[in-house]
Amino acid sequence: MTPMTTTAPVLSVKNLSTSFLVDGEWKSVVRNMSFDVAPGETVAIVGESGSGKSVTSLSLMRLLAPATSRIEGEVMLNGRNLLALPEKEMRAVRGNEVSMIFQEPMTSLNPIFTIGRQISEVLVRHKNMSKAQARAETVRLLEKVRIPNAASRFDEYPHQFSGGMRQRVMIAMALASRPKLLIADEPTTALDVTIQGQILDLIKVLQEEEGMSVLFITHDMGVVAEIADRTIVMFRGDEVETGPTEEIFHRGKHPYTRALLSAVPKLGSMQGHDWPTRFPVLDATTGEPAEPVEVTDTVVLSKRPVLEVKNLVTRFPIRSGLWSRQTGAVHAVENVSFDLFQGETLALVGESGCGKSTTGRSIMRLVEPTAGNVALDGYDVMRLDTIGLRQMRRSVQMIFQDPFSSLNPRMTVGTAICEPFIKHRLGTTKQAKEKTADLLEKVGLSADMARRYPHEFSGGQRQRIAIARALALDPKVIVADESVSALDVSIKAQVCNLLLDLQQSLNLAFLFISHDMAVVERVSHRVAVMYLGEIVEIGPRAAVFDNPQHPYTKKLMSAVPVPDPSRRGIRRAISNDELKSPVRAMGYEPPRREYREVSPGHVVQIG
Amino acid sequence: MTAINSTLPVPVKRQESRAWKKMKRNKSAIVGLIIVLFFAILAIAAPILPIADPIATSWGAIRKAPSAAHWLGTDDLGRDILSRMIWGAQASLMAGVVSVMIAVVIGVPFGLIAGYFGGWPDMIISRVTEALLAMPFLIMAIALAAFLGPSLTNAMIAIGVSATPAFVRLTRGQVLSVKTEDYVEGARSIGLNHIDIMTRYILPNVFAPIIVQATLTVATAIIAEASLSFLGLGQQAPAPSWGSMLNTAKNFLSQAPWMTMWPGIAIFLVVIGFNLLGDGLRDALDPREA
Repeated sequence: MTPMTTTAPVLSVKNLSTSFLVDGEWKSVVRNMSFDVAPGETVAIVGESGSGKSVTSLSLMRLLAPATSRIEGEVMLNGRNLLALPEKEMRAVRGNEVSMIFQEPMTSLNPIFTIGRQISEVLVRHKNMSKAQARAETVRLLEKVRIPNAASRFDEYPHQFSGGMRQRVMIAMALASRPKLLIADEPTTALDVTIQGQILDLIKVLQEEEGMSVLFITHDMGVVAEIADRTIVMFRGDEVETGPTEEIFHRGKHPYTRALLSAVPKLGSMQGHDWPTRFPVLDATTGEPAEPVEVTDTVVLSKRPVLEVKNLVTRFPIRSGLWSRQTGAVHAVENVSFDLFQGETLALVGESGCGKSTTGRSIMRLVEPTAGNVALDGYDVMRLDTIGLRQMRRSVQMIFQDPFSSLNPRMTVGTAICEPFIKHRLGTTKQAKEKTADLLEKVGLSADMARRYPHEFSGGQRQRIAIARALALDPKVIVADESVSALDVSIKAQVCNLLLDLQQSLNLAFLFISHDMAVVERVSHRVAVMYLGEIVEIGPRAAVFDNPQHPYTKKLMSAVPVPDPSRRGIRRAISNDELKSPVRAMGYEPPRREYREVSPGHVVQIG
Repeated sequence: MTAINSTLPVPVKRQESRAWKKMKRNKSAIVGLIIVLFFAILAIAAPILPIADPIATSWGAIRKAPSAAHWLGTDDLGRDILSRMIWGAQASLMAGVVSVMIAVVIGVPFGLIAGYFGGWPDMIISRVTEALLAMPFLIMAIALAAFLGPSLTNAMIAIGVSATPAFVRLTRGQVLSVKTEDYVEGARSIGLNHIDIMTRYILPNVFAPIIVQATLTVATAIIAEASLSFLGLGQQAPAPSWGSMLNTAKNFLSQAPWMTMWPGIAIFLVVIGFNLLGDGLRDALDPREA
């Protein structure tokens, strides 16, 4: 942690430009990047998708396919120009002087070798150690990345480790050769928020212990604020601004930097607001802010709730053995109850495997619940037959997470949007066309886009299309399952604003399923925190966020990276808790839970 | 609004025209199409073309090399090879196309059902498919053809049924991967029934590998018909098919090489033609391919 020392930089990049060969033409994707990384310094490259941040890191390591890419400029690592090295010498640099860790810990380890063997292989190859030495060193490294019982886990395979633990293994492997520079390409993006916090802390501590430099590539401003000494902001292949992280965050000069920062949801920014509030959207060219508008009260408490869920239980049987006998069950949803009023947004938050998505799917009976009652807009959902179920689905619609897989690639956007209308025989073909045009305009697209195919749209536009389709049946309730999680920051803000606008104009009720606490705080009226299939805390948004009661809620909130570099000094104790598994043996009886009312409507589980 | 009016009611039509436009730009696909059309037209036009009788034997012209009188030469019974080639195109193309159609029409729906519903329908369909796959393709075709009785129609049915299990397996596998896509669950969540989901959401997205498999199977089927003809189970002598011509010709390989050459070249061309056409179709029908 010694920003701006006078010593020579570990890495010095000058005029790095990368182009790809696309259909016979050279297309430039990164232009004129120049930056230094000093010893012991952490530099973050931040940008949205398509900004060229990952291409930059791959260019440094010359990991792009040589036939279809061209890298120009100069990359000096300790006085040697990496771009001029022969491939053989370059191999000795990779994984030795410079190590990389990647986003997906689930696929970056070889599943058929033990983790011990994979790490010691690096040591044997790069450090000429004997097998015994390598084994001892590997155990030391695994201990260093705080893997419990490191020696006994040496001979285990990757599938026996959780996602967070695998990322620790990846880091141990990257550290094996004592690199001078660690390139971390979105290393925490695929991880849950509490695990992300652990890994970030680990990288910080290891950096101090080992004295290495870190080049950190991310899209997450919160992560940048937590870890980086200096920050480089990239936009469509150009470096738009470089400076100390504090400067960038508080006195960013480029309009894009300011637009990006203003779109980042900040936990705690909603204090003093009664209702969900639109994101301020800054113009990326002028940097002029638009005042955030508080949405008016849309909740209709006077009528019966549009959705009432009582004691919902969903379990998935686990079968094994020759006769596929049931040996246990995943208790995905365990005794969940809540109401949702017209015009209200109830957020279900929690980490992966907590059952929040299964809850949403159970309510629509996209998965069959095991027990419980669901009353939706007058339907007794659990007792509906196939025909009734189809009718019911007019009242509740779903928006999925990944806009790239939620639209049929073989169907035009127009057909996709009017399909529900036509299949439910709500009107003539002509009316369907008018409806489609109307819906497209409602979600901020133009009517003539109807004849295009999904692949012709960007991620944000596709999500708008998915929203338009969900609205085609005039539903009362929309289950938004991580609907904005896969989107870039600025797009995320726009889509959230769209949802808020639609709620206001159409009086929709949202079941907003998300792991992102900051977005949830912004858009929801009430919040339910889920842990291992149960709601551990539920209440009005302000009550839950300002006065969290359950230990898990507190842990979840403290793990969220805060996009404010001045809070960087606040260090959490390094923990290595894992998420617990909801898998139970046959005959397991879930304990009876007691609840306590903290304030009106704010209920928390005891014990 | 007018743009939408013209597109929405008949989305299929629009996709066809788009596909055709893309197809036209793909040179190899057009070459394939021309080859297939050439042989198809020859086959259809055979009765009206000014050519010799394909089954008229001539003792004076046994195994004659290509000449002005017989452009492609004559066979061991003095029949004109050009004429037999053209008439034989009928039997061979039919054997190739019809049997593959049978295989697709039976195999794809079963694969779709097995993959989509899973559970016991999948159990039954998959086990039967595996049992059928355990038998070699040609042995099964011969057994079926023998059971049905010797004729070209029965040979086509036998070949088609024998080729079916491969399509069931292929389709089922593709469906399993497409089924997990969000858009399929999305289709359920808007209240579509199973038929709509299968035909509008799953089938179009699994069709690419099926088309490729189908074009490759056309070649196999033409050869299989030849084998059946050789055993007397396919096209009945003296009516010609390329396969049966090839089979007779191999006895005279050194004395009359042209007898093998022409049917061989024709089968080769048709197979290439179908493959190019199939690849082109696969790309043209995919809206994602620019």
